[in-house]
Amino acid sequence: MSVVNDNITLDMFQPAQISADESDRISAPSIGFWKDAWLRLRKNKAAVVGLFFIVLIVIMAIVAPMLSKYGIDDQDVVNRQNLYPRIPGLEWLGFDGKDSTGMDTYELNGVKQNFWFGTDELGRDIWVRVWAGTRISLIIALIASIGDCLIGVAYGGISAYYGGLVDNVMQRVIEILAGIPNLVLIILFILWLGGGMTSIILALIISGWIGMARIVRGQVLKLKNQEFVLASRTLGSSDQRIIWKHLIPNVLGQIIITLMFTIPGAIFFEAFLSFIGLGIPAPAASLGSLNQAGFENLQIYPYMALFPALILSILMISFNLLADGLRDAFDPRMRK
Amino acid sequence: MTTQKNERQKYVEVNNLKKHFKVGRNAYLRAVDDVSFYIYKGETFGLVGESGCGKSTTGRTIIRLYDATAGEVLIDGVNVHAKKSRAELKDLNKKVQMIFQDPYASLNPRMTVKDIIAEGIDVHNIAKSKKERDERVYHLLETVGLNREHANRYPHEFSGGQRQRIGIARALAVDPEFIICDEPISALDVSIQAQVVNLLEKLQKERGLTYLFIAHDLSMVKHISDRVGVMYLGKMTEVAESDELYDNPLHPYTQALLSAIPVPDPDYERTRERIILEGDVPSPVNPPSGCRFRTRCPFATEVCAQVTPRWTEQRKDHWVACHLYDDEYKGNFNR
Ligand SMILES: Nc1ncnc2c1ncn2[C@@H]1O[C@H](COP(=O)(O)OP(=O)(O)OP(=O)(O)O)[C@@H](O)[C@H]1O
Ligand SMILES: [Mg+2]
Repeated sequence: MSVVNDNITLDMFQPAQISADESDRISAPSIGFWKDAWLRLRKNKAAVVGLFFIVLIVIMAIVAPMLSKYGIDDQDVVNRQNLYPRIPGLEWLGFDGKDSTGMDTYELNGVKQNFWFGTDELGRDIWVRVWAGTRISLIIALIASIGDCLIGVAYGGISAYYGGLVDNVMQRVIEILAGIPNLVLIILFILWLGGGMTSIILALIISGWIGMARIVRGQVLKLKNQEFVLASRTLGSSDQRIIWKHLIPNVLGQIIITLMFTIPGAIFFEAFLSFIGLGIPAPAASLGSLNQAGFENLQIYPYMALFPALILSILMISFNLLADGLRDAFDPRMRK
Repeated sequence: MTTQKNERQKYVEVNNLKKHFKVGRNAYLRAVDDVSFYIYKGETFGLVGESGCGKSTTGRTIIRLYDATAGEVLIDGVNVHAKKSRAELKDLNKKVQMIFQDPYASLNPRMTVKDIIAEGIDVHNIAKSKKERDERVYHLLETVGLNREHANRYPHEFSGGQRQRIGIARALAVDPEFIICDEPISALDVSIQAQVVNLLEKLQKERGLTYLFIAHDLSMVKHISDRVGVMYLGKMTEVAESDELYDNPLHPYTQALLSAIPVPDPDYERTRERIILEGDVPSPVNPPSGCRFRTRCPFATEVCAQVTPRWTEQRKDHWVACHLYDDEYKGNFNR
């Protein structure tokens, strides 16, 4: 099985010249943590799809309501009540403006223009309401998640960094808060403050920051005795410097991942609150209140529930896919 | 040198140092328990002992990373654990630095090598401009045998030996006089170990550094150290000049450790007697009464369980804690 090759002679070999300098050279381009994570995230198809849909929905939530000449509460019960969705080019999918009996709702009412998502029982353009509702849902979720994040990071960080008695007391407080059922807390809160965006956001923050605080505490506990933190201490760094230069940058990945999981949680919780009637008061809309309206009319006008439910589902799945991808991208064990 | 020993200046003095960790209600882990030794200026003091005997804790308590439970540490005449002003603390932090054991945990993965090395420069405002800061970092990189192109890279791009050298450069940035090396080579390949040791020796010669060199391997320490201390379960058992310790070990524990080192002489290897230690190291939460080593000591008698051995200077600069050499208790042993 051996290959015989007589052509190799001794003088074909040369001693390799490797100086100490040479062996220390690193040829690959330098890649920082964030760039590395981005490269890894880009390879994850599901996460990229998730990211694409999130960006698409966010852009639509900003610009789509402007594409219609109607406002969110422009009613007309005489001329355009309960029109079915009509999308030019998508008639074959059923978006042809005809109801279940095959009657063209547009012809009956003598309406010329198209309502892409149809109109509701007050004649309001559902396209406008769905995207404006998405916008409100996103704003609520974003503010609530950032609030969670700020409180959670500060609370968890202080608790872990100072440790000892401080940690002990702060953790007992968390345990007591976590013992109260979320829903009870939130409902009491909304009853007290009344419905509306502010109270929903506050209610979400009150119940949401605990998870973030626990994760940050765990990370900081792990990090604060690492040798690079001790080295910084030996050099005489202040607590502030250690927190901002060493601890936060190393927890940031975890914070972002957790944030990405709390945002869909908050979106869903807002939808749930609106669904049980504790949400955004009419005439404003959110994905939750639109779903609720659609649910009430599900048997008569099924198209009303279709679009808000679809967007809510896509949004939730996308955030979860992205968060999953980020978790893999930030995982140091994935680093080669 | 030996003749001038009396005049040598003690740079570090550790007197009756204790560090106990609270591990439960009324339970304390005596990581360091009444340890005393001193380090002369410009020498390398090797500290050896089995894993968990309290070497790192001793090192960390010396530089105030841990507060001492009792005892005192004097560095260049300054009491480390006494209350200090900001300026005094900063001064101490510049004088004393540490090199760590794990090259993968001792560098912040989110910082570039430049920022890691410049940390001391930033904290103490040593550089007046960004350019001076860069120049200092480049110079330090070259001092430890890396090149300036490495400055903008991240720690994960380096090998263990290179990382350890970055750690050394970081410590050198503040121009320290005393460096505690906490097992700086245990995590490295044998071939790389020599590189790092040679670098440390070169730096010592050039800058007159004083080292506390922690290791768990006596044979390695002999090569590097001027004097060696042996620890067992939170206690110092023996301190002597390294040749003296190897030729003339007094404490049974030191004798056992030395007999475990193979000698490159087959005839001698065949005939010599090894002292095999029996049993495990007891828990530092509940250490044996009297002498800590008595549960594994081949010479132990009742007195060892009753009386804690005194820390005495048997010969010039040769300290030991064992009843075998204590005039008061010698008679209890029939050797
Ligand atoms: N922060 C701490 N809290 C509680 N116990 C500790 C702490 N640090 C160290 N210990 C305990 O103190 C004892 C001595 O630990 P130390 O790290 O000083 O040992 P070591 O001699 O350096 O060992 P190694 O060779 O493994 O590094 C061990 O039993 C360890 O579990
Ligand atoms: Mg150690």
